Amino acid sequence: MPEPTSRGARSAPRPTGRVVIRGGTVVDGRGERVADVVVDGAEVVEVAPGATVPRGATVLDAGGCVVAPGLVDLHTHLRQPGAEEAETVETGSRAAALGGFTAVVAMPNTDPPIDSAAVALEVLALGAGATCLVAVAGAITMGRAGERLAPMGELASLGIHLFTDDGAGVQDVAVMRRALEYARGFDVTLAQHCEDDDMAGGGHMHEGEWSSRLGVPGIPAEAEEMMVARDIALARLTGGRVHFLHISTGRSAEFVAAAKAEGLSVTAEVTPHHLTLTHAELAGYDPVYKVNPPLRCESDVRALRAACMSGTVDAVATDHAPHAPERKDATLDVAPPGMLGLQTALPVVLAALAHGPGANGAVTHGVSDGPGTMSTRDILGLMSWQPARIAGLARDQGGDQGGPIEPGGPANICVIDPAATWEVDASRLASRSRNTPWAGRVMNGQVRHTLFRGEPVVIDGEAQR
Amino acid sequence: MTGLGRQGGAEAAKGGRRHLLSIAELGAEGIEEILEVSDAFVEVGRRSIPKVPSLRGRTVVTLFAEQSTRTRLSFETAAKRLSADVLSFSVDTSSLKKGESLRDTVETVAAMGVDAFVVRHTSAGAPAAVARWVDASVVNAGDGWHEHPTQALLDCYTIRQVLTERGGHPLEGSGVGCFVGLRVAIVGDVRHSRVARSLVLALGALGAEVTLVAPGSLLPPSLVGWPVAKVSYDLDAVLPNVDVCYLLRLQSERGAGAFLPSVREYSAWYGLTSRRAALLGDDALVMHPGPMNRGVEIADDVVALPQSLVLRQVSNGVAVRMAVLFMLLGQGQVGSGGGAPALAPISGPAPTLGTVVGA
Repeated sequence: MPEPTSRGARSAPRPTGRVVIRGGTVVDGRGERVADVVVDGAEVVEVAPGATVPRGATVLDAGGCVVAPGLVDLHTHLRQPGAEEAETVETGSRAAALGGFTAVVAMPNTDPPIDSAAVALEVLALGAGATCLVAVAGAITMGRAGERLAPMGELASLGIHLFTDDGAGVQDVAVMRRALEYARGFDVTLAQHCEDDDMAGGGHMHEGEWSSRLGVPGIPAEAEEMMVARDIALARLTGGRVHFLHISTGRSAEFVAAAKAEGLSVTAEVTPHHLTLTHAELAGYDPVYKVNPPLRCESDVRALRAACMSGTVDAVATDHAPHAPERKDATLDVAPPGMLGLQTALPVVLAALAHGPGANGAVTHGVSDGPGTMSTRDILGLMSWQPARIAGLARDQGGDQGGPIEPGGPANICVIDPAATWEVDASRLASRSRNTPWAGRVMNGQVRHTLFRGEPVVIDGEAQR
Repeated sequence: MTGLGRQGGAEAAKGGRRHLLSIAELGAEGIEEILEVSDAFVEVGRRSIPKVPSLRGRTVVTLFAEQSTRTRLSFETAAKRLSADVLSFSVDTSSLKKGESLRDTVETVAAMGVDAFVVRHTSAGAPAAVARWVDASVVNAGDGWHEHPTQALLDCYTIRQVLTERGGHPLEGSGVGCFVGLRVAIVGDVRHSRVARSLVLALGALGAEVTLVAPGSLLPPSLVGWPVAKVSYDLDAVLPNVDVCYLLRLQSERGAGAFLPSVREYSAWYGLTSRRAALLGDDALVMHPGPMNRGVEIADDVVALPQSLVLRQVSNGVAVRMAVLFMLLGQGQVGSGGGAPALAPISGPAPTLGTVVGA
């Protein structure tokens, strides 16, 4: 087997000077401490209260802020190649940096899909100069058609760690079984978009009270749960490693919890919107709320929040899915599913998990009280070091994501002001698309600065390039 | 007080105009008002010249992106009897076929100066989308499986008309008390029926007791929030105890076929045959929104029974749609003084070039 060359794309180091992040509270997998962080080049050189500011250093104020390892998004649609009118690697990674992310995993449902080394290398090359690390997920099957296996070995040798046909699940159970068996040799993870196509039946929203009222064909929760249950059985059978993308129902979370208790190698992610919004949003037929998996019931939202708190869910991932306005501004059945997520993920997740009962109702909408609250550090775990590990980007896996913030460590850092409030203006988002469900909503918590490999790519909420 | 569009929420009209997108936004009061205004237009329909100048100078577009005979003709007749100018637009001949988006098409038509869009579309929510895009009033003439509000209104009108006649009361001012406790069975493909969704909401708002009768595969996945008293799979057991038996068309073009073993089996279990019609009480009414599949959901000889209201539904449709268009577009704020609008007949000297009257 060829030696893996790298984990994700490595950009040529940009000349960066010294940076001091002053006056914040460092929060990472190791714990919390009040400290200044001194960065030299792409490396952290000092973490200490009252650190001396080197001559000529850029000083970034972090008073009242949390200084955390950069966020890692397991699930980003950068749309390049093939749909550059909706997003490009450049615009998507700028949105990521503004959202506090220092790494994204680009999904392979591009056109052509990432099912060959050629396309993977193209996306990695596009990402080489980006404002965050652009890692790439490969397709499980050729053309994401669910029939023949994609060249996993060749793709793994480029540093690809996650494989998925996202946008669709692998329908044929025999194909999925072979894929899991084959993948064992490459230390990679198969990530499944769990949706049984026959069960989903061409639906456009969650099947239930609202789809029945609105006369819209629905996608039952079981369409997802059946495939979660099936792939848990396959993980048991093959010993393979399965990551469940964007689980959206309470029962999916129960299945994952049981599989973990059994000791199977499974992980799961949820999206910010499935932690906050319900199918009732579709009452006005606004396609901005059309997303796959669909927005579910309030009971699912509560169960997913609880699953984040219990550790059943390993990561929050955005499923950032840009669509050009002319495609999204159609009737509900014609509009493609998906919503933007990178620039709003952190405050939305804070609202869902941190602020506690009754807080921040403006953001969490119908579901304003939750089963409890999570510490900032646990939430950052869901958004930084836990997804970094699933993506194979953690330091002990040869990567530079997810912290911890310590001398000699990589300077991938985001600085978050938890008290800042801001209003989402869709027209000012860095994405090429405008399909955010949060337009006009007030967010609590803002990403103030982002450092990618030592370079301040975001300062005071403004992208630097 | 008019209920039209008052609770439109996100669909609230731009620029103070109002829409009719769903029965849900009307409430009992709104329905009652439309039925009362309809009385006046039924009277207009009986005149030798059934035409009034109420909407002279207004333009109504019927935008039909799905096949329709009666609804389109009914709306166009209604608009013409109100002296509105009517533009007729169908997908077969339009730029939608050339790939123009619905939004561009609608905005283009709106730019020509249009007061109301009457929208029929295969997509649920299309009229709501049109209402977001343009300033004109929007009337939902049937959207996918969602709603067909004017059908439910004309059905309620017809029920009220018949019950009031039977009671020997004058129709005007009779209110909607006749619906309270009225036992209505809605039979057939509820799942794919916009008529059923609107009718259930209307009858529920007015206090009727609705029973849905359908094979399990043709019921909607959830009935949460539906004002329905009962669900039954046994039409024979339901028929002796209803005041109205409302048959839905088997929507075979919506793929209802995949939900059933065969049309023949459907007809055997859920069709209103003459044997089944005999189970109905003497006073029970039989209704169907049309177009009928004779011999499938309703037998040919049942259509011809005196208690069958099928054609009466159609003729009342024009008056009810006149009422809806009048209430959306008429200058006189309906309801400010309550009661029916003053509807001067078109009379006087023959029109000259200076006073054009809609032909």
